[in-house]
Amino acid sequence: MTRIVLGPFNRVEGDLELSLDLADGRVQAAYVNSPLFRGFEQILLGRAPLDALAIVPRICGICSVAQSAAAASALAEAMGLTPPPNGQLARHLIQATENVADHLTHFYLFFMPDFTRPAYASRPWHAAMTRRFAAVQGEAAAEVLPARANFLKLMGFLAGRWPHTLAIQPGGSTRAITAGERVRLLALLREFRSFLEKRLFGDALPAVAALASQDQLLAWAAGRAGDFPAFLAAASDLGLDRIGRAGDAFLSHGAYGLYPSGTWQGGVTIPFDPLAITEDTGRTWLVEAPPRHPAQGETIVDADKAGAYTWCKAPRYAGQPFEVGALARQLMAGHPLIGDMIARQGGSVMARVVARLLELARVVPAMEAWVQALQPGEPFCTAGEMPDEASGVGLVEAARGSLGHWLSIRRGRIERYQIVAPTTWNFSPRDSAGQPGPLEQALRGVPAGPDAPPTVQHVVRSFDPCMVCTVH
Amino acid sequence: MKVLWLQSGGCGGCTQSLLCGESRPLFDEWRDAGIEFLWHPGLSLESGEEALAILEDCAEGRLAFDALCVEGAMLRGPNGTGRFHLLAGSGRPLTEWVARLARRARWVFAIGSCTAYGGFSANTPGNPLEACGLQYDEQTPGGLLGATFRTPEGLPVVNIAGCPTHPGWIIDTLEKAALEGLQPADLDEFGRPLLYAGGLVHHGCHRNEYYEFKASAQKPSDLGCLMENLGCKGTQAHADCNIRPWNGAGSCLRGGFACIACTEPGFESPGHAFQETPKLAGIPVGLPTDMPKAWFVALAALSKSATPKRVRSNAVADHPVVLPAVRKKGTSK
Repeated sequence: MTRIVLGPFNRVEGDLELSLDLADGRVQAAYVNSPLFRGFEQILLGRAPLDALAIVPRICGICSVAQSAAAASALAEAMGLTPPPNGQLARHLIQATENVADHLTHFYLFFMPDFTRPAYASRPWHAAMTRRFAAVQGEAAAEVLPARANFLKLMGFLAGRWPHTLAIQPGGSTRAITAGERVRLLALLREFRSFLEKRLFGDALPAVAALASQDQLLAWAAGRAGDFPAFLAAASDLGLDRIGRAGDAFLSHGAYGLYPSGTWQGGVTIPFDPLAITEDTGRTWLVEAPPRHPAQGETIVDADKAGAYTWCKAPRYAGQPFEVGALARQLMAGHPLIGDMIARQGGSVMARVVARLLELARVVPAMEAWVQALQPGEPFCTAGEMPDEASGVGLVEAARGSLGHWLSIRRGRIERYQIVAPTTWNFSPRDSAGQPGPLEQALRGVPAGPDAPPTVQHVVRSFDPCMVCTVH
Repeated sequence: MKVLWLQSGGCGGCTQSLLCGESRPLFDEWRDAGIEFLWHPGLSLESGEEALAILEDCAEGRLAFDALCVEGAMLRGPNGTGRFHLLAGSGRPLTEWVARLARRARWVFAIGSCTAYGGFSANTPGNPLEACGLQYDEQTPGGLLGATFRTPEGLPVVNIAGCPTHPGWIIDTLEKAALEGLQPADLDEFGRPLLYAGGLVHHGCHRNEYYEFKASAQKPSDLGCLMENLGCKGTQAHADCNIRPWNGAGSCLRGGFACIACTEPGFESPGHAFQETPKLAGIPVGLPTDMPKAWFVALAALSKSATPKRVRSNAVADHPVVLPAVRKKGTSK
């Protein structure tokens, strides 16, 4: 058995290090290290409760709106506030804009360049992939950057700017959209839909959303011009539908009022119970303590702890590691294509990418409907009072999965603030019972080492990790 | 200009913002200006050993580069070890990599307020992370590289401060350096490029009519001026956010929320709640830069007494409830 260390693992958001124990050119055991600690849970202590809205977006530059929304939800619960219909629609739109933009960024800038690696030079698709997806220089980058920048103009209207907005408040949104601006929002969405249909899918969004099985998907993609079909061809050639399976236990907080919350294990969907979450610090450079629910959680550094190998805690649901992300969301939403892929070979590199792009095809039309439902002239925000003593929970979905904030307020100040981010779930280390986290499971058996193809790269990036959120 | 980019104690949001650059796709714009990424952690192909080899060659002077861009605070803790961020795969503190590489760069750019002054990471009470900026501890010169650090061009660290930075601030600053060079006179007292920090966020604010009449917002989503009640520091913050739009047509003020002065060192701990204006005897403590308090009080009283009904009514609504009067030919006044 030999051990190799991979890092800096780039084209993920933030820094990541993997230690892999190899035998016969395959991973026997993987250890995931999130090497950056910033301590946001301490930064928040003692602050005025609404200061969380200015602080938590800065946890992450790619999920900043998701962080805002989780904080606003937790504060809204503490204040007993419900946003008016316009405020809820605006929040859905702001969150969806970030999530959709993130899916796009991930696919084009983070994930696809790995197919251009010299190791694949003999594959029939390599030259075309290199022309289109070479990092920074590929022709797709020149198309996707303006498409993304123009799509994010939605944020200029809805949230002032992205990243790091204060527009999402417990009572709704600070930015009332006018009738004239609604026209502009719809125009931006049409422009983006056109990019997706022409370049990414090579078909209309409803046709993509209607694909109901892996066979249908592959038949649809065969010979079709488009970046998603190109991915499917290369991924099929490399067998990425059979690689990267974690524990096949999935969890979602539910999103936009469209996709339900739930957990899924062994083919059975069970309602999600937030009280079943604990965080374990057994292998984390934090003070040893029994696993705690986040509402009682603590984050106290112990940089010299024996046996620890990451700054990331190990969240567990009913004591088990769970995978989160678009795959879990669409599985819980009962989408037949995702259900079929999971039934065939479980969570895989291909299934995770398919779920993300399927979500683009499903969410953009929903965004158009939300814009049409806005009622200019009706309120976007409800005002309220902050109690001196209160607690709240905010459970949302970032692009890459389930994000939870748990806060308590005492004497008008934040007394406790705990955050469990999507990649905290997916890239969690072993827990005190020795159970590996989802990525650690997914890497077992994958070829690795000096002469191996870059399969590890695909598996890691298939989770769309956000390392700055992971430890926060 | 070959650019080497590193990330540490920050959120990566300045890169995400940079990718929103308009009006041309960033990579095309920079290619034509002769700017290329030698390595960027979020964008480049090279991973692991290949990436470490690039960094090591640059640090040892075997591979030439021009600009070092650092994004994120420098985390020197715990106890000076730098272990709050060991660069993955290298086992070495990121602070050590930055110090080695900065010696080889013609220009060093601090991308974002974390990198410039320490950021939120430096604002945990007692600063257990021992976080700092490249050349500042908040307002105090020093930081990781020290107050006397200068590049071969005779420049201190160029602080492209902002949380996040506007893409145009980075693009224009790097292009100016690449095409015309940068002089110390191009920077302000805190090392910020004057090309964006030479004015105030207040300049061009579309709420200026409300400001003039001190017609103030009372609650989130109100259209009125955010200075008197809701914590806005646009009259003190150095940046061109309301002249150079964000994401097409945005800014914090256009988004309906206060400027929290994210380009200023120490903005993270203002000593009051971010979304509330601290007041003494009913007068905001943080008055506009350059404005004597007595003048402000006198002007505010006068303008409040002269506020048109339209402005007063709309200030506390989320959409205009009184429209500007329409003048017709032949009517008086």
